Amino acid sequence: MTSARTRPRRRWAYVLDVKGSPYIYIAPFFLLFGAVGLFPLLYTAYVSMTDWNLLETTREWVGLENYAELIGDAYFWNSLVNTVSIWLLSTVPQLLGALFIAHMLNRSLRARTFFRMGVLLPNVTSIVAVTIIFAQLFGRDFGMVNWLIGLAGLDPIDWQAGTLSSHIAISLIVIWRWTGYNALIYLAAMQAIPNHLYEAATIDGAGQATQFWKITIPMLRPTIIFTAVVSTIGGFQIIAEPLLFQSGTGNPTGGSDRQFQTVGLYLYEQGFGRYEFGYASAIAWTLCLIIVVMAVVNFSITRRIKSG
Amino acid sequence: MFSKRLAAGLLALGVLATGCGSGGEPAASGGPITLTLNLFGNMGFKELYAEYEAAHPNIKIVERTSAYNDHHRNLAAHLATKQGAADVEAVDTGFVAQFRGQPQHFTDLNQHGAAALKDRWLPWKWEASLAKTGAQIGYGTDVGGLAMCYRRDLFEKAGLPAARDEVSKLWPDWAAYFETGKRYTAKKPAGAAFFDGGPQVFNAMIGQAPVGYYDTADQVVVATNPEVRKAYDQVLGAVAAGQSAKLVGSSPAWNTGFAKGQFATIACPAWMLAKIQDQAKEFAGKWDVAAIPGGGGNWGGAYLTVPAQSEHTKEAVALIAWLTAPEQQVKVFTKHGILPSTVAGYDKPEVTGLTSEFFNDAPIGQIFTTAAVNLEPQYQGPRAGDIQTAIRDAINRVEEGKQDGPQAWEQLLKDVDRIEK
Repeated sequence: MTSARTRPRRRWAYVLDVKGSPYIYIAPFFLLFGAVGLFPLLYTAYVSMTDWNLLETTREWVGLENYAELIGDAYFWNSLVNTVSIWLLSTVPQLLGALFIAHMLNRSLRARTFFRMGVLLPNVTSIVAVTIIFAQLFGRDFGMVNWLIGLAGLDPIDWQAGTLSSHIAISLIVIWRWTGYNALIYLAAMQAIPNHLYEAATIDGAGQATQFWKITIPMLRPTIIFTAVVSTIGGFQIIAEPLLFQSGTGNPTGGSDRQFQTVGLYLYEQGFGRYEFGYASAIAWTLCLIIVVMAVVNFSITRRIKSG
Repeated sequence: MFSKRLAAGLLALGVLATGCGSGGEPAASGGPITLTLNLFGNMGFKELYAEYEAAHPNIKIVERTSAYNDHHRNLAAHLATKQGAADVEAVDTGFVAQFRGQPQHFTDLNQHGAAALKDRWLPWKWEASLAKTGAQIGYGTDVGGLAMCYRRDLFEKAGLPAARDEVSKLWPDWAAYFETGKRYTAKKPAGAAFFDGGPQVFNAMIGQAPVGYYDTADQVVVATNPEVRKAYDQVLGAVAAGQSAKLVGSSPAWNTGFAKGQFATIACPAWMLAKIQDQAKEFAGKWDVAAIPGGGGNWGGAYLTVPAQSEHTKEAVALIAWLTAPEQQVKVFTKHGILPSTVAGYDKPEVTGLTSEFFNDAPIGQIFTTAAVNLEPQYQGPRAGDIQTAIRDAINRVEEGKQDGPQAWEQLLKDVDRIEK
């Protein structure tokens, strides 16, 4: 009798343990995500439909007015063009460079671990320090880059003042920091490619280059998709580099003519320079949507890489 | 209301997480009290804290310093969310109009015996932090009375007189200053322009005008005030004549400019002396201080306030009253060269007799107190700081060769319209 009474309860406990506990194990993440991820996201959406300014005591519901204003805001479009330009200038060379470095590191080298860890070093340095040093290197009067240009007999460039020149300088900061990181991800994926594929290809008479394009790249497809999507997200959110590229000068306008103001920086200017929280929230949500769209576009482009 | 509280809670959470929270911990009555001060730049108080703590054994003082813009940005956020402000917060002249528009966030010092202290300060300094409601939100610390710092050696090389008084006579007004610039530029030593950058000279010029960016009804008058356009045109004329080193104020390149001696003159509020001594160490004795063209003018200067959210209002008010008292301010001036706004200390011999070895023994005490007493105060509106930045960018666009004067002006007016809105 006793066993008959306990059995259903045990079964119930067993079911709960098997079906329920996984949810409990992952709950901390989702609780945290809800508090510091989802809630701010939804709250920002709400704020973006108000005219909240931190310096004013009243706050009113304005619906989609902020978004309408944003569409007609030339400075927003300027910042979007800058963002895309800096993103292209940094991501394309970065991923190609990472692929090349990973390919080199995948060969039998002396002191392999040293080189493999070495490429990650730029990534662990402080972004603030890196940007300030790069801003010095690209200085107009006493920068090292202009000194080298001068040695080559060319006129110095005012890197911060020009649109393209400032984009190149900022892109180089991003490239310097992230190429090694992506190279390591590619390297890990390359090492997972079965060696017999290369052996078979060698027997069939395929050269190094053919093997790289016909075996390595297709086998790396999921990794390339991953890095392309992650770089898109990171590239569109870029803010610290352009902010610090004009460090010390106060407002985050991204140069005298906003020539290197990114969307992230424009959001920062509106939110924390002018305290227009409503408008800044509208920028944040618009940026979020743009990133989603761009990530999907990139995903579908990189997916076209032929597999196998 | 609900959402505002949530926002405050969230911000507080963020502040906790990043460890930049402040505000005194509640202390049992009679127990030790920690007063926190959030300041920007070097305000020269450090040596005074020990003295105050010795006289008040139950008080402990903690100073936190951050960069100018970050400091004011954080303060605005901490006030709006009623969380995270220190017991004492510094406010610069460029922001005081913005903050006096929200007197509800600050302790009204008039309720704490400010009236008895009022005569310490230059009258305009007192009024600039007075809210429309009659509440006094802060006690003045320093003023940025203006002089013109110049390099004697470069002037000599360019065939100009180098003695202080003669240099002052070269430029009774700004037209004469730019005329001197023309003479200097004709024979200038290589690599050293006449002044550091257009926007900085513009700041000094507009600081002297009776009306600046705002009229007293808080209306922006950039487009209609002839003084603004006149100063703008004069500066751009000098830029076109090659007188500017084209360095953006406060940038790393500007700092390098001091160290490399890229300019021969710079508009000098009292606090700039400390800056030059820090950055241009190699040129000790070669710098000197002359009168500012046009006489008078103000650039910078600060206030100490006690946010309403402080839990130690009484102690904090007592501290700022002590820190801004003439006795302490005289010490700050003689040690750091930061000029007090408390006129009561100006006649002290250690002030009037103060000279600076770095600046070729210039009588800086006399020069700057005279400048402070003579300066005609200008009304500051709420967004003066943002307008200043927009003008800086406009002049920079011309210096960088991206636009001509009228184009940059047109874009400037659009930017100002947006700021005003």
